[in-house]
Amino acid sequence: MDRERDGGAVTAPAVEVRDLVKRYPKSKVNAVDGVSFTVTPGEVFGLLGPNGAGKTTTVGILTTRVRPSGGVALVAGVDVGADPVRARRLVAVVPQRNNLDRSLSIRQNLLFHAAYHGVPAAERGHRADALLEEFGLADRSGEKPDMFSGGQAQRIMVARALMHAPKVLFMDEPTTGLDPAARLFVWDRVRDLRARGVTIVLTTHDMDEAAELADRVGIMDRGRLLALDTPDGLTRGLPGQTTLEVALAPADGTSPDDLLAALGALDGVERVERVEAAHAGSPAFAGGWPGMNGPPAGPPPRGGGTEGDGRPRELRARLYLSGDAPLMLAPVATMLAARDAQLTDVSIGTPSLEDVFISLTGRSLR
Amino acid sequence: MSATITPATAAEPAAVSQVRVFLAVLRRDVYVTARELPVFLAQVILQPLFLLFVFGKVLTDLGFARGGYTEVLFPGVVALTAVITALQGTALPLVIDFSFTKEIEDRLLAPLPVGMVAVEKIVFAAMRALLAAVVMFPIGIWVLGSIPWRASGLPLLVTILVLGSLVGAALGLILGTAVPPNRINVMFALILTPLLFTGASQYPWASLDRLRWFQVVTAFNPLTYVSEGLRAALEPAVPHMRPWISVLVLAATLVAFTAVGVRLFLRRAID
Repeated sequence: MDRERDGGAVTAPAVEVRDLVKRYPKSKVNAVDGVSFTVTPGEVFGLLGPNGAGKTTTVGILTTRVRPSGGVALVAGVDVGADPVRARRLVAVVPQRNNLDRSLSIRQNLLFHAAYHGVPAAERGHRADALLEEFGLADRSGEKPDMFSGGQAQRIMVARALMHAPKVLFMDEPTTGLDPAARLFVWDRVRDLRARGVTIVLTTHDMDEAAELADRVGIMDRGRLLALDTPDGLTRGLPGQTTLEVALAPADGTSPDDLLAALGALDGVERVERVEAAHAGSPAFAGGWPGMNGPPAGPPPRGGGTEGDGRPRELRARLYLSGDAPLMLAPVATMLAARDAQLTDVSIGTPSLEDVFISLTGRSLR
Repeated sequence: MSATITPATAAEPAAVSQVRVFLAVLRRDVYVTARELPVFLAQVILQPLFLLFVFGKVLTDLGFARGGYTEVLFPGVVALTAVITALQGTALPLVIDFSFTKEIEDRLLAPLPVGMVAVEKIVFAAMRALLAAVVMFPIGIWVLGSIPWRASGLPLLVTILVLGSLVGAALGLILGTAVPPNRINVMFALILTPLLFTGASQYPWASLDRLRWFQVVTAFNPLTYVSEGLRAALEPAVPHMRPWISVLVLAATLVAFTAVGVRLFLRRAID
């Protein structure tokens, strides 16, 4: 779309997808249903969504393994549907499943991959050795893929993908099924590659991974792209999803309901919710877990909060805000002071991509 | 890998000749098979060796078969070896690749039309089959003492063997891509066994006119034309089909099987 023409040279987006549709034979619904997005060169782009959202199919189309039913998909300006052979020179894939050649050593895996892509023989050896060294595999380069764990196989596949210096690297669920250490290693590799200017498109159903790695995140569900922005932009866009949780000790004779009503009447507070003591753990709250921090449309938790005689010693309330939470601290404190209520605890909750997904679909990611 | 902005044409990796990519894919298969050559030979030679020994040596020595039977049998066994080795060289690896290991994916992503990966499979399986067929000649001499041979039949021999191996490999491509993995055992029982025994390798086709229905059945098996073609090349005294018929039928079958096989391969390789 945003192509700059400069003396005949064309700087195409790394990836450009327009109205992409894929319907598998014998399926009643579209696996990918009118998806459009653009990835700029050097960007790490994340496709986030639950299983079956259409992420893998979208990547499959871009890597020429799936034929689109409609729309256009371009990689570095090359139409993958019309010219798949040329497109394959530009892309590399790190698949979800280990598909290393088990008949070859890992070094030979790298060498043959480069040969399939026409890398000159002299160049192949240099590149393979450099990558094996970088990925901490040099001392095991002669071993067969069966000798490696899932995380190591993932590493080898990333190294293999880089052998032909692709313009865009596609990683399909790169850390699914990996242990935490292997996951962190893959995350580090992605950051390294980004620093080297490699464009990366990755799919994930892990919101932390998307938030951690991606410059921009596209949220997919049921074949559609529901939202597309930076992780911050996506969460900022959530109405009433910045929250402030306050604990306070009301003055004698003050009704908790009055206090809650007063909090709700403050400018910038969209909704007030009374929080049960058991729910008041601020770390979990700040993490934005779906069960703890419901969508704006969801019913507020009911009951609780009072003890024995019906007069609470401590009142906890969660304020859903339309603006930034820190800016609300002063008005809240002023209002409480005016009513002789004592502020005993404050925590700020930031919404996560999980909350964004819930607000878009009404369902949890997991 | 630098982030500097360069014109797309210059930044794109140089176009590689597709012949070179094809040869790289072929080289991988040659490399892997060459490393386990003894295992490969043992695997493909044992069955024809026993066929030759039991039918050509034991039955003749015991007097149940006439001495001339080896002239009928040997070309047939060479034909059988070529066709079956080729068929297994594509069918089994493809079932395993597409359904389990997915190893072939890296080659499907090479800058080569995907159909050419299927053609490479046919070419490579045919190469293996030709090797197995050639090895049958010294084995035949060893088991039978002497084998039918005439130098003037060499061009026809080579033509038939090459065509027969390619046809077997193309048939294997069809089976390997059309049969679901859980049916692979059934495939071998239901397809391989009839193929082995209706291919005129243990009897000359022309003499089947006393068993007309069976003669018609065997005419549908491409192996028949390989067996008959090899008899025409090695031992013209045995009644055989006209060589040009064998060549023509095999060539036509090759085109048809390859077209169907490549189409099925594409269906498996690209969603």
